[in-house]
Amino acid sequence: MTLLSVRNLRVSFDTEAGLVEAVRGVSFDLGRERLGIVGESGSGKTMTGRSVLRLIRPPGKIEADAMHFDGADLMAASEAEMRALRGRRMAMVMQDPKYSLNPVMNVGAQLTEGLRQRDRLSAGDARRKAIDALEAVQIRDPERVLSAYPHELSGGMGQRVMIAMMLIPSPDLLIADEPTSALDVTVQAEVLSILDGLVRDRGMGLIFISHDLRLVARFCDRVLVMYKGRVVEELAARDLMQARHPYTQGLLNCLPRIGGSRGPLPGLDRNAEWAR
Amino acid sequence: MAGVATWLREPNPTSRWQARAGQGYLSWLRFCRNPLAMIGLAITVLLVLMSLFAPLLAPHDPIAQDLTHRFIPPGTPGNWLGTDDFGRDIWSRILFGSRITLYIVVLVILTAPVVGLIIGTVAGYFGGWIDQVLMRITDIFLAFPKLILALALVAVLGPGIENAVLAIALTSWPPYARVARAETLTVRNSDYIAAVRLQGAGAARIIWGHIMPMCLPSVIIRVTLDMAGVILIAAGLGFLGLGVQPPLPEWGMMISSGRKFLFDQWWVATMPGLAIFIVSLGFNLLGDGLRDVLDPRSAGR
Amino acid sequence: MEQSDIPGHQAPLLRIARQAGATTAQLLVTFIGLLAVTFIISRVVPIDPVSALIGERATADQIAEARLRLGLDEPLWRQFLLYVWQALHGDFGLSIKTHQPVIQEIARFFPATLELSTLATIIGVLIGIPAGVLAATRPGSLPDQIVRLVGLMGYSMPVFWLALIGLLVFYGDLGWVGGPGRLDASYDMMMEFEVTQYTGMVLVDTALNGRWDMFANAFSHIILPASILGYLSMAYISRMTRSFMMNELGQEYITTARVKGMPERRVIWVHAMKNVMVPLITVIALSYAFLLEGAVLTETIFAWPGLGRYITDALLVADMPAVLGGTVVVGAVYIGLNMVSDLLYRLADPRAR
Repeated sequence: MTLLSVRNLRVSFDTEAGLVEAVRGVSFDLGRERLGIVGESGSGKTMTGRSVLRLIRPPGKIEADAMHFDGADLMAASEAEMRALRGRRMAMVMQDPKYSLNPVMNVGAQLTEGLRQRDRLSAGDARRKAIDALEAVQIRDPERVLSAYPHELSGGMGQRVMIAMMLIPSPDLLIADEPTSALDVTVQAEVLSILDGLVRDRGMGLIFISHDLRLVARFCDRVLVMYKGRVVEELAARDLMQARHPYTQGLLNCLPRIGGSRGPLPGLDRNAEWAR
Repeated sequence: MAGVATWLREPNPTSRWQARAGQGYLSWLRFCRNPLAMIGLAITVLLVLMSLFAPLLAPHDPIAQDLTHRFIPPGTPGNWLGTDDFGRDIWSRILFGSRITLYIVVLVILTAPVVGLIIGTVAGYFGGWIDQVLMRITDIFLAFPKLILALALVAVLGPGIENAVLAIALTSWPPYARVARAETLTVRNSDYIAAVRLQGAGAARIIWGHIMPMCLPSVIIRVTLDMAGVILIAAGLGFLGLGVQPPLPEWGMMISSGRKFLFDQWWVATMPGLAIFIVSLGFNLLGDGLRDVLDPRSAGR
Repeated sequence: MEQSDIPGHQAPLLRIARQAGATTAQLLVTFIGLLAVTFIISRVVPIDPVSALIGERATADQIAEARLRLGLDEPLWRQFLLYVWQALHGDFGLSIKTHQPVIQEIARFFPATLELSTLATIIGVLIGIPAGVLAATRPGSLPDQIVRLVGLMGYSMPVFWLALIGLLVFYGDLGWVGGPGRLDASYDMMMEFEVTQYTGMVLVDTALNGRWDMFANAFSHIILPASILGYLSMAYISRMTRSFMMNELGQEYITTARVKGMPERRVIWVHAMKNVMVPLITVIALSYAFLLEGAVLTETIFAWPGLGRYITDALLVADMPAVLGGTVVVGAVYIGLNMVSDLLYRLADPRAR
């Protein structure tokens, strides 16, 4: 069953230096599965994720032949309809909790905000739900974290708070935009396994955006490889090693491998042809 | 002409000079795209031209009194901004007054930023107790409201244009010291300063040759934004009779003399005020535009 | 291990208190430095403080006695210590013109300035913040251009000229507001005898006494100068609000709030505004202080019996103790405002605690 379908998505920015096209004709379908989007910085992967939520700010512009989420037409939806979808049914975890959490509101206020404002829960109920959510991301001392401010949390804690906050309303679709890139290597695995478990248990659709091809391959069912705003290859994660496109092969080859040759790693070869 | 433009737009400059000229050209293009900044530039250029050619442009003597022509309303041929209580042509007085305004502004911006730059870079470079002492002094001067300190100083020094300049300069250097110190702190520990130090350069040469140039852009932006403030304070001193003395046509003083006839001959006080307003608006627009071009990070601040 | 990253929460108030203590010590140093500057000015003054005090025709004995009383025979550093000591006790000497203690006169004039600049700041905040937010949320739009231009015009106008034009138009031509002074002449006497002066601020005192007729009259007098000063403060506040708000709206936590499905109103006025308030507190305090300065010239035009007019009047008759006393008081208010804004800043920003 298709949860999200995107046809010919284009995102462009009208800047002083002329029209910049960040995404140029991306199409894909997503069921209740995990889809990875991989590419180097500037490949348009983040913009693709944000356009699904329609969170591109002016001067950015989103165009698409069609974009449907569970029967709702995302291109035709009013801003109010989009707001109802965001939060409740679609959510997003961003890269760095240092920036993605509001620095002057405590964790409790940010966690319960959706429940209080949107679902009109009482303060006590919202608080109980927030504590449950924090426990679900394996935070041992939820009471204390609730009254903490973001700058008092470590990166791993912050990202777990972020995940808890986004999963409170049990959305159907979660977009994770480089959720572990800003974290220490030691906590990355921990946060990933928490995310993995939650997504699996709740049967959500997941779009996992990353520059790390191997990580994506391990974590997702399917992978889109993006280059300069276009999808250059789409393949099942288990077939990654058989990738045919030279760019994907390039991405794979510039990672060190245990037991591989000890010579210098090859640089990424870019061909202007691929961007056509 | 087209050749020059391509030379300037060359993405791969062959010399440092070409690269710098190209950068300047791009900044200029960006500046030109901001209509408000262009208006500011036009006003500033106009002010300079007005003061340079005041004797040629002025239809009348700005000081000679003619009591038979008192209070001619504006719009009258020959005195299109009207005349004041002594029958002097207001337009001619504003023209000559622009020289005084420009004189004060130029003297202040030649002194205050230099003092501030020296104090700020020295404090930032040496740090420690030198920094503590210099910054405490800066704080003390910042704790005085500018105009009131200037008033007290002029009261002591006696009224007059030089003393007004001195008082304004003495009250306007602290912000420059702050800016220069902040910039110095960011470059002080950089590798290229260390490299210069390893070559055996002394503190004076490092500060003068390597740190001050780094502080210049932010100081220049502040200067253009401060010019309007200098004009307003100078006018305020003139208005209180503590700046330029009569019969010289200083704009603030002209407003003050027109105050007595405000309700009957409104133009005497209104016209010089308009002149102050337009000129300082020009400086503000120019400064705003310059900041957007030179320091895109803080655009809009 | 993760848990230990959260510091205890019982201490922030204590920490604020300690930091406030350090700030106070620093401000005290600044205040003494301020006194040093006025001290130097007062000793450079060509006016002989002795003859100013006891008149030109005093005998040699009287002069010697006065010099002794003023401590002028002491070495300079002891004179300075005495000066600081007296200033800390509110003793700025006698006014040369009125022979009254300067501090008493300032206490009489200050409430008028306080009333005027407070009302002006309220006007500036109430208009400036929404205007800045409006401009920041629609950059480049017509409202943005208008807010920017109106703000820049406020930066560029000589306040005394604006005051004159305001008087000419709204009092002279239209007659919408009361003229110079704090009350109509007919009410002046009543204010003196029928109204208990609790604060020295006319609006407050008339309201407390239930004299609404006088309140209305006082309001018609204060509204024009307060609006003019309020315009200046609005220009500053709207400009800064715009720039702070634009900065915050580009932050990632704003996207988070939108992802959570929060309406734009809440994103701007709760999420962004809480962050904007942190630097804006300093800006508002600065604009308040800046109005004290604007008041010097405005009060002259509106015959407003405030501190600004007290200082300028004293200047014109070279009454130096009054000028310097007034200058020190204004400087002290500046320093005090700095301290308050510093404290509020720490309360508003959890990272600064």
